[in-house]
Amino acid sequence: MTDEIRQIISEHGRLAVDVASLSDDADLYQAGMTSHASVGLMLALEDAFEVEFPDAMLKRSVFESIAAIAEALETLQKQAA
Amino acid sequence: MAEYRPAAPDQEAFLEELVAARLLVRTGVPGVYGRGGAFEDVRLRFDDLVARLAAPDGPEVLRFPPLLPRRQLESSGYLKSFPHLAGSIFAFEGDEAQALAQEERAARHEDWSEYQSQSDLVLTPAACYPVYPAVGARGPLPAGGVTVDAGGAYVFRHEPSGDPARLQMFHQRELVRIGEPETVEAWRDAWRDRALDLLRGLGLDADFDVATDPFFGRSGRMLAASQRQQALKFEIQVQIAGPEPTAVASFNYHQDHFAAAHGITLADGGVAHTACLGFGEERIVLALLRTHGLDPAGWPEDVRSRLWTSA
Repeated sequence: MTDEIRQIISEHGRLAVDVASLSDDADLYQAGMTSHASVGLMLALEDAFEVEFPDAMLKRSVFESIAAIAEALETLQKQAA
Repeated sequence: MAEYRPAAPDQEAFLEELVAARLLVRTGVPGVYGRGGAFEDVRLRFDDLVARLAAPDGPEVLRFPPLLPRRQLESSGYLKSFPHLAGSIFAFEGDEAQALAQEERAARHEDWSEYQSQSDLVLTPAACYPVYPAVGARGPLPAGGVTVDAGGAYVFRHEPSGDPARLQMFHQRELVRIGEPETVEAWRDAWRDRALDLLRGLGLDADFDVATDPFFGRSGRMLAASQRQQALKFEIQVQIAGPEPTAVASFNYHQDHFAAAHGITLADGGVAHTACLGFGEERIVLALLRTHGLDPAGWPEDVRSRLWTSA
């Protein structure tokens, strides 16, 4: 799953650095992701993983690292299963 | 058509009082009012009070019409964050037959929008918007950045409401600071405290709180959560009418959003940061009328002397 997340971040995160250089726990906002870019990332993740983030998850911390995004997606996929 | 927000009963009653006292004049469209002389006098005196308070900062004065080149709005990201509030200007560019057809439909108050073409202009959504491209066009900032007094300019928000404090067109009294991140953020915080003293000095029961902009849609909820978490926006609120206090001033730290959009760089080539503050002039006049009564001549002497005495 993290490979696919990394691919989507490289397309939508508008980072100042190459996503390949970041660990799963690295702070994406520190890596240059703006609030507007994180919205684009959120919408792209919803498309790719066929989920919808509920309002409670539409916050900064859910999208702050690859690991945090993976955890959120796993939670949503479990709920859907 | 934008969703109409009805007034709370005490908001409707307050509007009736304002109209009866000839402070506001109904136009038939909610949120768009004429202003009587007494209302306008208080607004201009408040505008002047802000100019006097800002004078020690040595701001550069810039004034713009309440219109923005459409390209500037397109570059600002406004249509991503606030598509529901924007107003763009369309105008007729057809031939004589089309002019005739347009007039016939318009005279019957039917839809004549098909004869209208988008112009190069939009309505200014916030008084600071024309400032950023103007400063960006000058090249790198001088050392220390710039402070701009953008005046009290008319701005437009497409949100029809029965609340007399929620206008579609109103005056926003703005000041803008552009420079190094720490400088800009400290300036915003200092002005928040200055403004609180100013409004309390006018007898208003004012308080400030972290706030968010009315971003559009689900992505907007995420932008709002991010804005709140980073404390990028503060508002000063006063009880006017209705169930909740009304924001009468806001203090906004944009980080590098506008500087990146309009190419504003620091003297050393780094991207600048920007902040602005805006007083909602009509809301402040309404708060004063609500607090001290509809006749400004009868307001407490200390409030009157602050507004009507030149420095």
